[in-house]
Amino acid sequence: MHELPITQNILEIALRHAEQAGASEIKRIDILIGQYSSFVDDSIQFYWKIIAAGTIAENAVLHFQRVPVEFTCQDCGAVYEPQEDTFACPRCLSPRVRVTRGEELRVESIEIETP
Amino acid sequence: MSQKITVVENILSANDQIAQKNRAAFDAAGVFVVNMMASPGAGKTTFILKTLEALQGRLRMGVIEGDLATSIDAEKALAAGIPAVQINTGGDCHLDAVMLAGAIPALPLDQLDLVIVENVGNLICPASFNLGTHMNLLIASIPEGDDKPYKYPTMYRGVQALIISKIDLLPYVPFDMDYFRQGVEMLNPGLVTFPVSARTGEGMQAWADWLVERVKAK
Ligand SMILES: Nc1nc2c(ncn2[C@@H]2O[C@H](COP(=O)(O)OP(=O)(O)OP(=O)(O)O)[C@@H](O)[C@H]2O)c(=O)[nH]1
Ligand SMILES: [Mg+2]
Ligand SMILES: [Zn+2]
Ligand SMILES: [Zn+2]
Repeated sequence: MHELPITQNILEIALRHAEQAGASEIKRIDILIGQYSSFVDDSIQFYWKIIAAGTIAENAVLHFQRVPVEFTCQDCGAVYEPQEDTFACPRCLSPRVRVTRGEELRVESIEIETP
Repeated sequence: MSQKITVVENILSANDQIAQKNRAAFDAAGVFVVNMMASPGAGKTTFILKTLEALQGRLRMGVIEGDLATSIDAEKALAAGIPAVQINTGGDCHLDAVMLAGAIPALPLDQLDLVIVENVGNLICPASFNLGTHMNLLIASIPEGDDKPYKYPTMYRGVQALIISKIDLLPYVPFDMDYFRQGVEMLNPGLVTFPVSARTGEGMQAWADWLVERVKAK
Protein backbone atom coordinates (compact mmCIF):
# COMPACT_ATOMS: atom_id res chain seq x y z
CA MET A 1 0.00 0.00 0.00
CA HIS A 2 2.81 2.46 0.74
CA GLU A 3 4.26 2.50 -2.77
CA LEU A 4 1.83 5.23 -3.87
CA PRO A 5 3.32 7.97 -1.68
CA ILE A 6 6.79 6.68 -2.53
CA THR A 7 6.00 7.10 -6.22
CA GLN A 8 4.72 10.63 -5.61
CA ASN A 9 7.94 11.47 -3.78
CA ILE A 10 10.10 10.16 -6.64
CA LEU A 11 8.15 12.29 -9.12
CA GLU A 12 8.40 15.39 -6.93
CA ILE A 13 12.18 14.97 -6.52
CA ALA A 14 12.73 14.32 -10.24
CA LEU A 15 10.57 17.28 -11.35
CA ARG A 16 12.26 19.67 -8.91
CA HIS A 17 15.76 18.78 -10.11
CA ALA A 18 14.70 18.80 -13.77
CA GLU A 19 13.12 22.23 -13.44
CA GLN A 20 16.28 23.66 -11.88
CA ALA A 21 18.18 22.43 -14.92
CA GLY A 22 15.65 23.86 -17.39
CA ALA A 23 14.65 20.45 -18.75
CA SER A 24 11.94 19.96 -21.37
CA GLU A 25 11.72 16.24 -20.70
CA ILE A 26 12.88 13.64 -18.16
CA LYS A 27 14.02 10.53 -19.99
CA ARG A 28 15.32 8.31 -17.23
CA ILE A 29 15.39 8.15 -13.44
CA ASP A 30 17.91 6.04 -11.56
CA ILE A 31 16.77 4.79 -8.17
CA LEU A 32 18.61 2.81 -5.51
CA ILE A 33 16.56 0.40 -3.39
CA GLY A 34 18.26 -1.51 -0.60
CA GLN A 35 17.08 -5.02 0.25
CA TYR A 36 16.46 -3.80 3.83
CA SER A 37 14.53 -0.68 2.80
CA SER A 38 11.08 -2.40 2.96
CA PHE A 39 10.05 -1.20 -0.50
CA VAL A 40 9.55 -3.06 -3.75
CA ASP A 41 9.77 -1.60 -7.21
CA ASP A 42 6.99 -3.49 -9.05
CA SER A 43 4.15 -1.35 -7.82
CA ILE A 44 6.12 1.89 -8.14
CA GLN A 45 6.34 1.23 -11.87
CA PHE A 46 2.59 0.56 -11.91
CA TYR A 47 1.68 3.81 -10.15
CA TRP A 48 4.07 5.82 -12.30
CA LYS A 49 1.86 5.68 -15.40
CA ILE A 50 -1.02 7.28 -13.48
CA ILE A 51 0.92 9.75 -11.37
CA ALA A 52 3.37 11.11 -13.93
CA ALA A 53 0.75 11.52 -16.69
CA GLY A 54 0.74 15.05 -18.09
CA THR A 55 4.16 15.96 -16.66
CA ILE A 56 7.54 16.14 -18.41
CA ALA A 57 8.34 12.84 -16.69
CA GLU A 58 5.49 10.82 -18.14
CA ASN A 59 7.69 8.91 -20.56
CA ALA A 60 10.62 8.53 -18.19
CA VAL A 61 12.11 5.07 -17.82
CA LEU A 62 12.45 4.16 -14.14
CA HIS A 63 15.62 2.22 -13.55
CA PHE A 64 15.85 0.44 -10.19
CA GLN A 65 19.12 -0.79 -8.86
CA ARG A 66 18.54 -3.24 -6.04
CA VAL A 67 21.25 -3.22 -3.41
CA PRO A 68 21.69 -6.58 -1.64
CA VAL A 69 22.24 -6.42 2.11
CA GLU A 70 25.87 -6.56 3.14
CA PHE A 71 27.34 -7.34 6.57
CA THR A 72 30.91 -6.69 7.68
CA CYS A 73 32.58 -8.82 10.35
CA GLN A 74 34.16 -6.73 13.14
CA ASP A 75 36.64 -9.51 13.95
CA CYS A 76 38.05 -10.72 10.63
CA GLY A 77 36.82 -8.00 8.28
CA ALA A 78 34.90 -10.34 5.96
CA VAL A 79 32.24 -8.62 3.85
CA TYR A 80 29.34 -10.92 3.03
CA GLU A 81 25.67 -11.46 2.26
CA PRO A 82 24.14 -13.31 5.22
CA GLN A 83 22.43 -16.68 5.04
CA GLU A 84 18.71 -16.91 5.68
CA ASP A 85 18.83 -18.28 9.22
CA THR A 86 21.93 -16.59 10.64
CA PHE A 87 23.71 -13.29 10.22
CA ALA A 88 26.99 -14.55 11.72
CA CYS A 89 30.27 -14.25 9.81
CA PRO A 90 30.61 -17.21 7.41
CA ARG A 91 34.42 -17.09 7.64
CA CYS A 92 35.19 -16.92 11.39
CA LEU A 93 31.63 -17.51 12.75
CA SER A 94 31.85 -14.34 14.86
CA PRO A 95 28.55 -12.76 15.91
CA ARG A 96 30.23 -9.34 16.16
CA VAL A 97 28.98 -8.03 12.84
CA ARG A 98 27.49 -4.86 11.35
CA VAL A 99 25.06 -4.10 8.52
CA THR A 100 27.08 -1.95 6.14
CA ARG A 101 24.92 -1.78 2.99
CA GLY A 102 21.39 -2.50 1.81
CA GLU A 103 19.27 0.20 3.48
CA GLU A 104 19.40 2.74 0.64
CA LEU A 105 16.28 4.39 -0.75
CA ARG A 106 17.46 7.19 -3.02
CA VAL A 107 16.99 8.92 -6.33
CA GLU A 108 20.56 8.79 -7.64
CA SER A 109 20.33 10.69 -10.92
CA ILE A 110 18.05 11.76 -13.74
CA GLU A 111 18.61 12.03 -17.46
CA ILE A 112 16.99 15.06 -19.04
CA GLU A 113 16.51 16.69 -22.43
CA THR A 114 17.09 20.44 -22.65
CA PRO A 115 15.86 22.58 -25.52
CA MET B 1 20.53 17.97 -25.80
CA SER B 2 20.63 15.04 -23.43
CA GLN B 3 22.18 15.46 -19.99
CA LYS B 4 22.62 13.43 -16.82
CA ILE B 5 22.06 15.20 -13.49
CA THR B 6 23.24 13.87 -10.15
CA VAL B 7 20.45 13.97 -7.55
CA VAL B 8 21.33 11.70 -4.56
CA GLU B 9 18.22 12.52 -2.53
CA ASN B 10 16.47 10.27 -0.03
CA ILE B 11 13.03 9.35 -1.36
CA LEU B 12 11.51 9.94 2.08
CA SER B 13 13.09 13.38 2.52
CA ALA B 14 9.68 15.12 2.41
CA ASN B 15 8.49 12.91 5.27
CA ASP B 16 11.70 13.64 7.19
CA GLN B 17 11.09 17.38 6.93
CA ILE B 18 7.61 17.08 8.45
CA ALA B 19 9.07 14.76 11.11
CA GLN B 20 11.49 17.51 12.10
CA LYS B 21 8.55 19.89 12.60
CA ASN B 22 6.82 17.30 14.77
CA ARG B 23 9.97 16.97 16.85
CA ALA B 24 10.16 20.73 17.28
CA ALA B 25 6.54 20.78 18.53
CA PHE B 26 7.28 17.97 21.02
CA ASP B 27 10.44 19.68 22.27
CA ALA B 28 8.69 23.03 22.64
CA ALA B 29 6.09 21.34 24.85
CA GLY B 30 8.77 19.39 26.74
CA VAL B 31 7.18 16.03 26.00
CA PHE B 32 9.02 12.75 25.26
CA VAL B 33 7.44 10.73 22.45
CA VAL B 34 7.78 7.01 21.75
CA ASN B 35 6.92 5.37 18.41
CA MET B 36 5.78 1.86 19.33
CA MET B 37 5.75 -0.77 16.60
CA ALA B 38 4.88 -4.46 16.42
CA SER B 39 2.91 -7.03 14.47
CA PRO B 40 -0.91 -7.13 14.87
CA GLY B 41 -1.87 -8.55 18.26
CA ALA B 42 1.64 -8.47 19.74
CA GLY B 43 0.14 -6.83 22.82
CA LYS B 44 0.79 -3.12 22.12
CA THR B 45 -2.39 -1.70 23.64
CA THR B 46 -2.24 -4.01 26.66
CA PHE B 47 1.41 -3.06 27.19
CA ILE B 48 0.61 0.67 27.04
CA LEU B 49 -2.07 0.29 29.71
CA LYS B 50 0.22 -1.80 31.93
CA THR B 51 2.99 0.77 31.46
CA LEU B 52 0.58 3.41 32.72
CA GLU B 53 -0.01 1.33 35.86
CA ALA B 54 3.69 0.65 36.42
CA LEU B 55 4.49 4.37 36.12
CA GLN B 56 2.29 4.99 39.17
CA GLY B 57 1.77 8.63 38.34
CA ARG B 58 5.48 9.39 37.88
CA LEU B 59 4.83 10.67 34.34
CA ARG B 60 1.78 12.33 32.82
CA MET B 61 1.07 10.17 29.81
CA GLY B 62 -1.02 10.40 26.64
CA VAL B 63 -1.41 8.11 23.63
CA ILE B 64 -1.91 8.34 19.90
CA GLU B 65 -3.43 5.19 18.44
CA GLY B 66 -2.82 4.31 14.79
CA ASP B 67 -5.08 1.72 13.18
CA LEU B 68 -6.38 0.97 9.70
CA ALA B 69 -9.91 1.57 11.08
CA THR B 70 -11.91 1.66 14.36
CA SER B 71 -11.26 3.64 17.55
CA ILE B 72 -11.29 0.61 19.88
CA ASP B 73 -7.72 1.17 21.08
CA ALA B 74 -8.15 4.91 21.77
CA GLU B 75 -11.31 4.17 23.73
CA LYS B 76 -9.41 1.71 25.93
CA ALA B 77 -6.87 4.42 26.75
CA LEU B 78 -9.61 7.01 27.42
CA ALA B 79 -11.32 4.51 29.71
CA ALA B 80 -8.04 4.25 31.63
CA GLY B 81 -8.27 7.99 32.19
CA ILE B 82 -5.54 9.32 29.88
CA PRO B 83 -5.73 11.68 26.88
CA ALA B 84 -5.92 9.69 23.66
CA VAL B 85 -6.48 10.35 19.98
CA GLN B 86 -7.14 7.87 17.22
CA ILE B 87 -5.63 8.06 13.74
CA ASN B 88 -7.33 5.91 11.13
CA THR B 89 -5.00 5.42 8.19
CA GLY B 90 -7.80 4.21 5.94
CA GLY B 91 -5.79 1.31 4.56
CA ASP B 92 -2.23 2.63 4.85
CA CYS B 93 0.02 0.06 6.52
CA HIS B 94 2.03 2.58 8.57
CA LEU B 95 1.86 6.01 10.18
CA ASP B 96 3.80 8.79 8.50
CA ALA B 97 4.89 12.19 9.76
CA VAL B 98 1.95 14.00 8.12
CA MET B 99 -0.62 11.75 9.81
CA LEU B 100 1.07 12.31 13.16
CA ALA B 101 1.19 16.08 12.58
CA GLY B 102 -2.59 15.99 12.12
CA ALA B 103 -3.11 14.28 15.48
CA ILE B 104 -0.78 16.41 17.61
CA PRO B 105 -3.19 19.36 18.11
CA ALA B 106 -5.77 17.01 19.64
CA LEU B 107 -3.48 16.27 22.64
CA PRO B 108 -2.76 18.70 25.50
CA LEU B 109 1.02 18.37 24.95
CA ASP B 110 1.88 21.08 27.50
CA GLN B 111 0.29 19.00 30.24
CA LEU B 112 2.08 15.75 29.33
CA ASP B 113 5.55 14.27 29.95
CA LEU B 114 5.22 11.22 27.74
CA VAL B 115 3.23 10.31 24.64
CA ILE B 116 3.22 6.77 23.29
CA VAL B 117 2.28 6.43 19.64
CA GLU B 118 0.90 2.97 18.83
CA ASN B 119 1.78 2.47 15.18
CA VAL B 120 -0.26 0.29 12.81
CA GLY B 121 0.27 -3.42 13.53
CA ASN B 122 2.79 -4.33 10.83
CA LEU B 123 6.34 -5.70 10.81
CA ILE B 124 7.35 -4.55 7.33
CA CYS B 125 7.51 -0.80 6.91
CA PRO B 126 6.63 1.41 9.92
CA ALA B 127 10.28 1.78 10.96
CA SER B 128 11.07 3.30 7.56
CA PHE B 129 8.86 6.33 8.22
CA ASN B 130 10.43 8.77 10.65
CA LEU B 131 7.69 10.42 12.75
CA GLY B 132 9.85 12.88 14.68
CA THR B 133 9.52 10.87 17.90
CA HIS B 134 12.42 10.54 20.35
CA MET B 135 12.52 6.75 20.48
CA ASN B 136 11.42 3.86 18.28
CA LEU B 137 10.30 0.86 20.31
CA LEU B 138 9.58 -2.64 18.98
CA ILE B 139 7.45 -5.21 20.75
CA ALA B 140 8.16 -8.82 19.82
CA SER B 141 5.79 -11.33 21.42
CA ILE B 142 6.73 -14.90 22.23
CA PRO B 143 3.94 -16.60 20.18
CA GLU B 144 5.20 -14.89 16.99
CA GLY B 145 8.24 -17.16 17.06
CA ASP B 146 12.01 -16.81 17.48
CA ASP B 147 12.78 -16.33 13.77
CA LYS B 148 11.29 -12.84 13.42
CA PRO B 149 14.59 -10.89 13.47
CA TYR B 150 15.72 -13.00 10.51
CA LYS B 151 12.48 -12.49 8.57
CA TYR B 152 11.84 -8.82 9.36
CA PRO B 153 15.34 -7.35 9.82
CA THR B 154 14.34 -3.83 8.80
CA MET B 155 12.15 -3.42 11.88
CA TYR B 156 14.90 -4.64 14.21
CA ARG B 157 17.38 -2.24 12.61
CA GLY B 158 15.13 0.78 13.07
CA VAL B 159 14.53 0.79 16.84
CA GLN B 160 16.33 2.01 19.99
CA ALA B 161 14.63 -0.36 22.45
CA LEU B 162 12.99 -3.78 22.34
CA ILE B 163 10.28 -5.34 24.46
CA ILE B 164 9.99 -9.14 24.41
CA SER B 165 6.35 -9.53 25.46
CA LYS B 166 4.09 -12.36 26.66
CA ILE B 167 6.98 -14.18 28.38
CA ASP B 168 4.33 -15.92 30.52
CA LEU B 169 3.76 -18.07 27.40
CA LEU B 170 7.35 -19.39 27.26
CA PRO B 171 6.40 -22.73 28.88
CA TYR B 172 3.73 -23.36 26.26
CA VAL B 173 5.26 -22.36 22.92
CA PRO B 174 8.60 -23.33 21.37
CA PHE B 175 10.85 -20.26 21.46
CA ASP B 176 14.65 -20.39 21.42
CA MET B 177 15.55 -17.21 23.30
CA ASP B 178 19.27 -17.47 22.48
CA TYR B 179 18.61 -17.81 18.76
CA PHE B 180 16.21 -14.86 18.87
CA ARG B 181 18.55 -12.61 20.85
CA GLN B 182 21.57 -13.51 18.68
CA GLY B 183 19.69 -12.32 15.58
CA VAL B 184 18.74 -9.09 17.32
CA GLU B 185 22.29 -8.48 18.56
CA MET B 186 23.78 -8.92 15.08
CA LEU B 187 21.26 -6.52 13.50
CA ASN B 188 21.30 -3.93 16.26
CA PRO B 189 24.29 -4.37 18.60
CA GLY B 190 23.67 -3.43 22.22
CA LEU B 191 19.92 -2.86 21.77
CA VAL B 192 18.28 -2.25 25.16
CA THR B 193 15.89 -5.17 25.74
CA PHE B 194 13.17 -5.82 28.34
CA PRO B 195 11.49 -9.23 28.60
CA VAL B 196 8.02 -8.64 30.09
CA SER B 197 4.61 -10.11 30.65
CA ALA B 198 1.74 -7.66 30.67
CA ARG B 199 -0.33 -10.51 32.05
CA THR B 200 1.68 -11.34 35.20
CA GLY B 201 3.40 -7.96 35.43
CA GLU B 202 6.87 -9.57 35.33
CA GLY B 203 9.51 -7.15 34.02
CA MET B 204 7.10 -4.20 33.84
CA GLN B 205 8.70 -2.36 36.76
CA ALA B 206 12.22 -2.49 35.29
CA TRP B 207 10.88 -1.15 32.01
CA ALA B 208 8.88 1.64 33.64
CA ASP B 209 11.86 2.71 35.80
CA TRP B 210 14.12 2.85 32.75
CA LEU B 211 11.51 4.84 30.83
CA VAL B 212 11.22 7.40 33.65
CA GLU B 213 15.01 7.84 33.55
CA ARG B 214 14.98 8.30 29.78
CA VAL B 215 12.19 10.86 29.89
CA LYS B 216 13.87 12.81 32.70
CA ALA B 217 17.28 12.72 30.97
CA LYS B 218 15.85 14.26 27.81
N1 LIG C 1 -0.57 -14.33 27.64
C1 LIG C 1 -0.46 -13.03 27.40
N2 LIG C 1 -1.34 -12.43 26.57
C2 LIG C 1 -1.22 -11.11 26.34
C3 LIG C 1 -0.18 -10.34 26.93
N3 LIG C 1 -0.29 -9.05 26.49
C4 LIG C 1 -1.36 -9.03 25.66
N4 LIG C 1 -1.93 -10.26 25.56
C5 LIG C 1 -3.12 -10.64 24.78
O1 LIG C 1 -2.81 -10.50 23.39
C6 LIG C 1 -3.96 -10.09 22.65
C7 LIG C 1 -3.69 -8.86 21.83
O2 LIG C 1 -3.39 -7.78 22.70
P1 LIG C 1 -3.50 -6.26 22.25
O3 LIG C 1 -2.95 -5.45 23.36
O4 LIG C 1 -4.84 -5.93 21.74
O5 LIG C 1 -2.49 -6.26 21.02
P2 LIG C 1 -2.19 -5.10 19.95
O6 LIG C 1 -0.79 -5.30 19.53
O7 LIG C 1 -2.54 -3.77 20.53
O8 LIG C 1 -3.19 -5.46 18.79
P3 LIG C 1 -3.59 -4.58 17.50
O9 LIG C 1 -3.63 -3.14 17.94
O10 LIG C 1 -4.91 -5.10 17.11
O11 LIG C 1 -2.52 -4.85 16.49
C8 LIG C 1 -5.06 -9.89 23.69
O12 LIG C 1 -5.85 -11.05 23.73
C9 LIG C 1 -4.29 -9.71 24.99
O13 LIG C 1 -5.01 -10.11 26.13
C10 LIG C 1 0.75 -11.02 27.80
O14 LIG C 1 1.70 -10.44 28.36
N5 LIG C 1 0.56 -12.36 27.99
MG1 LIG D 1 -3.73 -2.22 19.72
ZN1 LIG E 1 34.62 -12.94 10.62
ZN1 LIG F 1 3.64 0.97 4.81
